[in-house]
Amino acid sequence: MADSSRIPGSLPASERELRSAFMEQARLVPGGERIARCIQCGTCTGSCPVSYAMDISPRMLIALFRAGEIERILRSRTIWICASCYMCTTRCPQNIKITDTLYALKRTAMEAGLYPDRFPVYLLSRIFVQIMNRYGRNHEGLLLLLYYLRRNPFGLLRLVPLGISMLRKGRAPLFPSKIKGIKTIRQILRAAKALELPAEKEAAKYVKGTVGYGAVG
Amino acid sequence: MEYLYYPGCSLESAGRPYDESLRAVFRVLGLPLKELEDWNCCGATMYMSVDETTSLAISARNLALAERNGGADLVAPCSACYTVLLKTNRFLRDSPELKAKVDRILGEAGLSCKLAVKVRHPLDVLVNDVGVEAIAQAARWTLGGLPFAPYYGCQIVRPERGFDDPEYPTTMDALLERLGAKAVYFPMKTRCCGGMLMTTFPDVCLQLVKELLECATQNGGRCVVTTCPLCQINLEAYQKRVNRKFGTAFDVPVLVFTQLLGLALGCSEEELGLQRNLVPLKTELVPLHA
Repeated sequence: MADSSRIPGSLPASERELRSAFMEQARLVPGGERIARCIQCGTCTGSCPVSYAMDISPRMLIALFRAGEIERILRSRTIWICASCYMCTTRCPQNIKITDTLYALKRTAMEAGLYPDRFPVYLLSRIFVQIMNRYGRNHEGLLLLLYYLRRNPFGLLRLVPLGISMLRKGRAPLFPSKIKGIKTIRQILRAAKALELPAEKEAAKYVKGTVGYGAVG
Repeated sequence: MEYLYYPGCSLESAGRPYDESLRAVFRVLGLPLKELEDWNCCGATMYMSVDETTSLAISARNLALAERNGGADLVAPCSACYTVLLKTNRFLRDSPELKAKVDRILGEAGLSCKLAVKVRHPLDVLVNDVGVEAIAQAARWTLGGLPFAPYYGCQIVRPERGFDDPEYPTTMDALLERLGAKAVYFPMKTRCCGGMLMTTFPDVCLQLVKELLECATQNGGRCVVTTCPLCQINLEAYQKRVNRKFGTAFDVPVLVFTQLLGLALGCSEEELGLQRNLVPLKTELVPLHA
């Protein structure tokens, strides 16, 4: 489905912004720049236990990134279905940090607020972070409760029998416990926020003459 | 030598049998275990999806606290915690930019992290520090040839290259076989169980769980033995749902390895949290004999 308004070698403005945002994230992934070395062998897709359920395969995701189509990636479910099993990363013949790249894409999506339609899956991470920031520890019951209330309240009903079994087996504490040093967590959060000043984002460029493969830069 | 213990949030709730059996096993083997004071959640896979620097800083808080304990190793049983703490060490070591940021952030909280603490998995500690022979000497019962599927899950061996092979580890096989159990052929031993996908994409996760249980039982496994609390709960707690969805008839006990190890060492069922398992381990399955 070629977009006739696209000129080879140039990116639309929104794609440029997303690319910059993503490159910011990927810069902090040690070894993240190796994504340029992908030979499209498909080992990642073949090794991924959940690729069958993805709309864009891992291999295709890298191809799309290099073709300047980050928005299409972020509108797919792929990055959210990844279970972080790292099989792709372990087997990639070019030693590309695929899983960590997907984390960077998740962060880019959260920053840009770009998700697939009617898809509140990213909320789980958000809620987890909120609980952690408040108590210093996670509380499974609270996490599931808050997530299902927003995503699928009826799904909660289905969990009730399991919840009751777990409670009776002593495997589901009722209330979250706050760590004593919660103040240090708050200090960490404040300091981290202060450090995230809007960095000088380099305008992402297409390297002319290297169709698709001059992707990083 | 004392070991610092980092239970992680899961072991305080759904993973309680793991916590109890691990403490029991360490106690019986005479390994001093001290819980890291006021540890915080490692962030698991979730925090990294939201913000990398903060995630690393929060995880590093635990390393900073651990460093105050005279160089003791930090034992983290949950695979997610284990891999996150190792990843934190590695990221901060490999990226001076990240390290500088995290140092500044921790400094504001009065903490400092010198990357001086080694993060270990209890399986690594037991087999490589204590030794399989020493444990066999301490055992009071043999596990009577129990056929089990040794399920490691993914994050204990990936991405950090640690104490075993990233695709075909054998540490747990060796330990439990020396104690009399029988590891069945289980090629899916490091295939992902889906982890948090059970909450976000249950259909996908149930498929993964079904494939794992199928592989385990078709190869003659009468129980599954895990090293991760999330794998344990995913394989144990949803068998009925898997059965309804796929027309299977799974009823497989799923244990953490310290529970089986504890049985061989003579610990009681209660000490090992066996009564908390959702699919009971029928006693005839484990014909313990001296």
